[in-house]
Amino acid sequence: MSLYDTRRRRNTVMMGFSFGATIFGLAWLVLILAVLLWEGFSGLSLAVFTQMTPPPGSSGGLLNPIMGSLIMTVIAVAIGTPLGMLAGTYMAEYGRYDKLSMVVRFINDILLSAPSIVVGLFIYEVMVAQMGHFSGWAGAVSLAVIVVPVVVRTTEDMLTLVPDTMREAAVSIGLPRSLMIQKVAYRAARAGMITGVLLAVARISGETAPLLFTALNNQFWSLDLNAPVSSLPVVIFQFALSPYKDWQALAWTGALIITLAVLALSITARALAGQRKSS
Amino acid sequence: MQSSRRRPVVDVAFQGNPVADRQQVDRAKVLQRLRLNDLSFRLLTRLAAILVLVILGGIIVALIHGSLPALRAFGFNFLITDSWNPVTEKFGAIAPIYGTIVTSFIAMLIAVPVGLLIAVFLTELCPMWLRRPIGIAIELLAGIPSIIYGIWGLFVFAPFLQEHVQPLLIAVFGEIPLLSNLFAGPPYGIGMLTAGLILAIMVLPFITSISRDVFEAVPPMLKEAAYGLGCTTWEVSRYVVLPFTRVGVIGGVMLGLGRALGETMAVTFVIGNAHRISASILAPGTTISATIANEFTEAVGDLYTSSLIALGLILFVITFLVLAAARYMLLRLNARVGG
Repeated sequence: MSLYDTRRRRNTVMMGFSFGATIFGLAWLVLILAVLLWEGFSGLSLAVFTQMTPPPGSSGGLLNPIMGSLIMTVIAVAIGTPLGMLAGTYMAEYGRYDKLSMVVRFINDILLSAPSIVVGLFIYEVMVAQMGHFSGWAGAVSLAVIVVPVVVRTTEDMLTLVPDTMREAAVSIGLPRSLMIQKVAYRAARAGMITGVLLAVARISGETAPLLFTALNNQFWSLDLNAPVSSLPVVIFQFALSPYKDWQALAWTGALIITLAVLALSITARALAGQRKSS
Repeated sequence: MQSSRRRPVVDVAFQGNPVADRQQVDRAKVLQRLRLNDLSFRLLTRLAAILVLVILGGIIVALIHGSLPALRAFGFNFLITDSWNPVTEKFGAIAPIYGTIVTSFIAMLIAVPVGLLIAVFLTELCPMWLRRPIGIAIELLAGIPSIIYGIWGLFVFAPFLQEHVQPLLIAVFGEIPLLSNLFAGPPYGIGMLTAGLILAIMVLPFITSISRDVFEAVPPMLKEAAYGLGCTTWEVSRYVVLPFTRVGVIGGVMLGLGRALGETMAVTFVIGNAHRISASILAPGTTISATIANEFTEAVGDLYTSSLIALGLILFVITFLVLAAARYMLLRLNARVGG
């Protein structure tokens, strides 16, 4: 009887731990979001979106970093998405079981979680060091390098889910394979592929490390991609570590903006993916 | 060839088109064009797939090329000396490597048990309707950009540790011989322990979501058999589920470790950036990624820059090995489940 009691007691204790662990995990999410809202919301005003980053001691906004981030994100997605989609298409449609796909799949999964600061060093070596100056283009390309693996992965996964009978039906009425992929497979996997792009955008909009020494930073309004371009994460980094109170407040506001944007993107992506699954 | 089977249908398709009909489209020409499109599309996708390999190759070549001056100047000593002096241009990587390993170790020490327990909760205890929301909430932790963890760690978490947790640790462990070294020194707030704790929060979602996925893949019959013998939930998890999913769990843990090793911004905020090796985990230190992030733009001189790139190369090699091992294990698991 006592052995039974011991086992039951141990079970209760361990299940209590696992319940506690879940509360512990969720608590961090709540804590981080609560602090962000608390610190960032007070600074949120129209000026944040209409004025440039200020010199220390005066008020200002975050217009130039927001614009810089948007521009570089758009270019990165414009470069990375087609490349990733084509690579994913090859792996799912043409060479699903061949050696090249196996190797690319393995390498791609590693690139997916490789440290982003290394990507920054890579682009510094191939672009910044060659051109002799920091530039927005280098920043955008380094973000594109991060977009590619995300899109490759989701494209491949989503195309693999498309039933083969659909492909066979398309081919049997005489569609060439490339048209079958473009008109049938892509269309069937569209929701999932959009999810992948959204996840990629969410991933790069918070990336700081690869921008530190590619796009650098710029305190002034500049849309010239051949010059250093300001970006929201880098400005947060710089302002948060500064001793000035108003810079720190702006950093919190910027952090709130990024987090809300990223969370909105990933929730939308999840909703899209979930919709697919249930239908 | 397949095209001979397709011909009649293409024919129909184009004759159905009044414009094509009127212009008497040369069928051979159309077929030729389709075949060419087919070939070029296939070639295009293949090139894009190869591009992924080119990116990896490019990263390796660029890092090696960039770190050559440092490697030539210091040789193997770069890996084992702890001096980091930009003025005399003497650089060694051991202090950042040590910091990277210690912070990741602290992170895994906390994140692995907690992550596994959450996975047990999600697969065994949690009511069905709550599973998805809690799973998504934990995964959202992974979506928060690392710079947010950094700013939160610097302004909220580090001061909290400094005022409440670290004095307690010093008081409790101060009398015990070995542990007193580990928790020595004044409570700075920032330091290796703080960085490790924040890393733990950041890798938690990776470990949780992979463990949950592999736990769910355990055949229900195995669990039911154990329950039928009278096992408790804990015994089923510990002696049936965990042994069955060991490979997958280790894969997930390695994936989390890969993340922790390479994490940059969150660590940069709270590590203190001090190039020294201290026995105490309360002391400020530095990691490979934090050193690069802090010093790269300010580095003057080729040797300094090159030493930082060499650090990047070391980081990439370490994370590559860890991530490759993780992927290999998860692949093996998939092969087993699929077969």
